[in-house]
Amino acid sequence: MRVLSRQLARWLLVLGLAVAPAIMANDVPRIAVASSLQFALTEIADDFHNATGRRVVLNMGSSGNFRRQIAQGAPFELFLSANEGYVQALHEAGKTRDAGVRYARGRLVWLERKDLKGGDANAPLSADAPLAAVKAAVRAWQADGSRSRVALANPEHAPYGVAARQALAHEGLWEVSQPLLVQGENVAQAARFALSADTRGGLVAYSLACSPSLADKSRYVLIPEAWHAPLHQRMALLPGAGETAEAFYAYLQSPPARQVFRDYGFAVPASDAP
Amino acid sequence: MDWSALFVSLRLAIGTCLILLPVGLWLGRRLARMQRRRALLEALVALPLVMPPTVLGFYLMLAFAGDGPVGGFWASLTGTSLNFSFTGILLASLVVNLPFAVQPIQRAFEAVPETLREAAWCSGLSPRQTFWRIELPLVRSGVVSALALTFAHTLGEFGVILMVGGAIDGETRTLAIAIYDRVQSFDEAGAGRMSALLLGISFLTIGVVYGLSRRGGRRHV
Repeated sequence: MRVLSRQLARWLLVLGLAVAPAIMANDVPRIAVASSLQFALTEIADDFHNATGRRVVLNMGSSGNFRRQIAQGAPFELFLSANEGYVQALHEAGKTRDAGVRYARGRLVWLERKDLKGGDANAPLSADAPLAAVKAAVRAWQADGSRSRVALANPEHAPYGVAARQALAHEGLWEVSQPLLVQGENVAQAARFALSADTRGGLVAYSLACSPSLADKSRYVLIPEAWHAPLHQRMALLPGAGETAEAFYAYLQSPPARQVFRDYGFAVPASDAP
Repeated sequence: MDWSALFVSLRLAIGTCLILLPVGLWLGRRLARMQRRRALLEALVALPLVMPPTVLGFYLMLAFAGDGPVGGFWASLTGTSLNFSFTGILLASLVVNLPFAVQPIQRAFEAVPETLREAAWCSGLSPRQTFWRIELPLVRSGVVSALALTFAHTLGEFGVILMVGGAIDGETRTLAIAIYDRVQSFDEAGAGRMSALLLGISFLTIGVVYGLSRRGGRRHV
């Protein structure tokens, strides 16, 4: 028993020494980041560290989950949502410092594999008819019951899933394509489904199609923005925000960060936007 | 309440039970009588029990893909894909539930003494008659446990179905997935109703197992 407690004390000491630097390095804020931003924000956080020497901790996840966690008092200092409605709801509940700002606008793309086989697969993607593949899939389904699947994020709660539903409805395809739709839980899973061998393609975020890990095995075409409600993305500081979080918030609106957002396919609002 | 999701879940659970019942009886009996290499086979059967569902789902997703080993074979046979189909989640469910179906039946067969079977043979019963008239009645409570556990566990399976299913209404969106979707959509009343239903079914199933095994005198859970 004595030996055991002495050993325990030793381990606690080691553990304490290991954790101490993390506690002493004051003001490393936790940032809640929508998963469609994962590549862009990692790059921006690195640039921020190089420019200021300050660090932030990025937590990637679904905006809806973050909204819930923040409402229940999760210790984040800044929230970057893919859906501005979530930030507005938190603001109305008094859970953010202010109404925040729009930092980017997302775009929807039709994404498919490069090495598709058969049928119309090798036809070049047309910017005038970005949903031609869905139309062809619906025709094939109605003609002989063959199913080529079309992937999208959950059209009820995932922001890019909602936009995908609106784009399909705009082209009169939402009802008729129902038997062909495969839903990802979030837009990243939808992109995974869209590039699997069992689907024709899918409607996903432009920012994911721009990421290096997808670029070499896929091709995409932009969906006109008029086909869906704008995908405004909004961020806001939370009540517990410290100096570093404030500096990062300002950095996200600076020209270098805005350029990174553009590189990943986001439209960036004019700097004096509300 | 998402009735089509409930219907998918029930269809999946009943299908899994029906297919795994003969498999569980055969494999459980073999394992109970096995001498050599038993540990290896037992470990293989128990593997889905200790594997994280996402890991299992990941491997199944790769195997089921149209260019994967199982999915490719299936596509050449039927022209349809396994990922994102009811057949796919049924196959996944069979793999996930194998230990739940085999282990209780194996424990029950282990409790049947070898001398009893020999006595039956000496009394002129054929091996087939011995199985149907002596062994099967004795392992009944193990079979009930296996079926109930498989049924309840299939209703609750989430990770694997999320990976290979694709949440298609009426085909691969099970009740557990529907509950997750409702929570994500901030529809807590809807999630609450469906969760209460699953809670009720689970309690009922485990109650049936304990009730029956009390009557049967032996419990294999």
